[in-house]
Amino acid sequence: MSDTGATGTAARSSGASATRKRWEPWNDPSERPHVQIANLTKRFGDFVAVDDISLDIYRKEFFSLLGPSGCGKTTLLRMLAGFELPSSGQILLEGEDMSGVPPYERPVNMMFQSYALFPHMNVEKNIAFGLKQDGVPKPEIERRVAEVIEMVQLNAFAKRKPHQLSGGQRQRVALARSLVKKPKMLLLDEPLGALDKNLRTQTQFELMNIQEETGITFVIVTHDQEEAMTVSSRIAVMDHGKIVQVSTPAELYEYPNSRYVADFIGEVNILEGRVDSREGDHLMIQSSEAGCAIQTGPSADEPVGRQVWIAVRPEKLSISLEAPASTPSSTWVNCLAGEVWDIGYLGNLSIYHVKLDNGKMVTATQANMARLIERPITWEDRVYLTWAPDAAVVLLN
Amino acid sequence: MPEPSQDPAPGEKIAYLGGGSASSGFFTGLHARLLLFAPYRLFVLLLVEMGFSGRSLVIAIPYLWLLAFFLAPFLIVLKISLAEVIVAQPPYTPLFVFIEDGFIAIQASLENYLFLMEDSLYWKSYVSSLRISLISTILALLIGYPIAYGMIRAPKRWRFALLMMVILPFWTSFLIRVYAWIGILKKEGLLNLALTQLGLISEPLTILNTDIAVFIGIVYSYLPFMILPLYANLEKMDLGLLEAAADLGCRPIKAFWVITVPLSLPGIVAGCFLVFIPALGEFVIPDLLGGSQTLMIGKTLWSEFFNNRDWPLSSAVAVILLLVLVLPIVLFQRMQERSTRAEG
Ligand SMILES: Nc1ncnc2c1ncn2[C@@H]1O[C@H](COP(=O)(O)OP(=O)(O)O)[C@@H](O)[C@H]1O
Ligand SMILES: [Mg+2]
Repeated sequence: MSDTGATGTAARSSGASATRKRWEPWNDPSERPHVQIANLTKRFGDFVAVDDISLDIYRKEFFSLLGPSGCGKTTLLRMLAGFELPSSGQILLEGEDMSGVPPYERPVNMMFQSYALFPHMNVEKNIAFGLKQDGVPKPEIERRVAEVIEMVQLNAFAKRKPHQLSGGQRQRVALARSLVKKPKMLLLDEPLGALDKNLRTQTQFELMNIQEETGITFVIVTHDQEEAMTVSSRIAVMDHGKIVQVSTPAELYEYPNSRYVADFIGEVNILEGRVDSREGDHLMIQSSEAGCAIQTGPSADEPVGRQVWIAVRPEKLSISLEAPASTPSSTWVNCLAGEVWDIGYLGNLSIYHVKLDNGKMVTATQANMARLIERPITWEDRVYLTWAPDAAVVLLN
Repeated sequence: MPEPSQDPAPGEKIAYLGGGSASSGFFTGLHARLLLFAPYRLFVLLLVEMGFSGRSLVIAIPYLWLLAFFLAPFLIVLKISLAEVIVAQPPYTPLFVFIEDGFIAIQASLENYLFLMEDSLYWKSYVSSLRISLISTILALLIGYPIAYGMIRAPKRWRFALLMMVILPFWTSFLIRVYAWIGILKKEGLLNLALTQLGLISEPLTILNTDIAVFIGIVYSYLPFMILPLYANLEKMDLGLLEAAADLGCRPIKAFWVITVPLSLPGIVAGCFLVFIPALGEFVIPDLLGGSQTLMIGKTLWSEFFNNRDWPLSSAVAVILLLVLVLPIVLFQRMQERSTRAEG
């Protein structure tokens, strides 16, 4: 099972990345959103769980809601399914207002975090349940159930009850049960949360395959940024009931709009500073934390003296034993000086934790390209970290 | 019981017995549970002192326990049921009679049982008892299920209060509560008073001393036995299942029938048996609330025993009642075992 899954995945993802470049309905003004969420708010008493969220999701997207536990992801999803009534705001599905439409009449299905399989029904009956409610004729039920059972590879377990299945198998039943009705939108609440690491990665790719095959719009909730990066067409990063940024995984990584996002997605070094001057299309930043002047890439104008943060990913820092040529250290630009505090050797990568002269810790990673380095960088070496002006992002909050 | 410090041997032996063998799981479990019960512990100690030991005890002791407190009284009743009435103390003929040459004769007859079959009063009582307890059980289920369901759907902070409202009446005397119903149901009682005041009826209803009063009494008295197992069962149910059903297009009322009810079946069965079994032998309620035409076997037994002083005949009635009850009790045990096994 894992063999075929893996090869299928590899073939698909290379193809997908090629098509995905062009497939960007969110940038196409003529495209109508599949789901429109407008100023949606949910209060529990005084507590605001979802705070004035507006969001457009397009047909066939694999859309992720990413954020730490308790930030309101499940609440947002439950409002889409109809289990929670919004305190204010609107949800439009294909232009149709969903308020007042009970869960059992919404063309939307949900895969529950707990799976919520019916314990007194076997796998087949669990999956057939939704079709039966719609009065689908028996032969068609049988055909469609067999189809999804095939898709999630549960053929051998069709007659088993949920308590006779492993966690991974239950997860598949839950997925099959929510897929079989071919909903307009499938909501998945931490679908892989209960699986162990290996099974999780494998299942992520299977989910992507299934999404591609069925063409159903997926909205998935997760608190695992790697998972979100792997599967999503776009990700909405949430914090305390608000959406902080909605972007493709690559944009989110390369152009985070806040320290919160930069920090949440992958590793990042953040240096605080103030705008010193503007030179051409870029800014010069004075940063005592960095101990040097920082030149930014092309960026918007900011008033002199404004506090900003410079975010640099570890892999964008190059590490060297040699100080930059000539000039006295006071005139250095984009160069951090410090001492190697710790090294993590990962085979393909080395991670250097460098303690700057003012005590701040910075992380740099470097691909180990040459097998033999004449003078490898080692503990307590004095090193210099430099980066290209447009490798860093200027953050205003 | 001897202090373990003075005489460690018995304590150790008990511990050993409790730990018992793996093969006889049922008896070991029963034994271990019963050991928590002081008189039983004493009884075991006694047997250990008498030289019984080891595995055989683990199996034998629960049997001996049943023998002492269930089988022995039963045998005594059985013995009396085979005797004849005489005016004496005790008021029945002995089973064993010494005759002159040192021989012992057994003097037993099935006459009482034959009489039970001949006189329609008895089998009518049995049938009527079955009918009354069956109807009461169904009524208790119909009333108890919505109450139990309401309790689990109520806000969590209310649950304890609601549970107490179910349990609290147990803390007053059963007899007093049944007497109170007389005050409510009689011709000039509270119910009739309220109904006439409200203008719903012009003539007071005759409820007391009818079968209806017996149903009311039984359902009222045994309702907690229905509600508590149902509550315990329903409380375990994942309410997310109902959301899942709704999500898949199932309306709430249908979800109740296809999800909630099937999942609560063990609770329904337990509740029904807990009401049906004691209701079948009920004496107080039909006696106080029922009329002269209300036939229940408990009442028949009482009058045979105390009014007619016919101990042998009433013993025969009791033996048959027990046989009638054995079937549902065995069924109940079987269901309980199956549901615990399914959970474990
Ligand atoms: N029914 C409810 N009543 C009160 N507070 C709730 C309820 N449901 C969720 N919350 C609160 O709303 C916040 C967001 O919850 P949730 O959407 O489950 O977060 P997430 O799925 O992102 O972990 C949490 O602080 C939670 O305590
Ligand atoms: Mg959640």
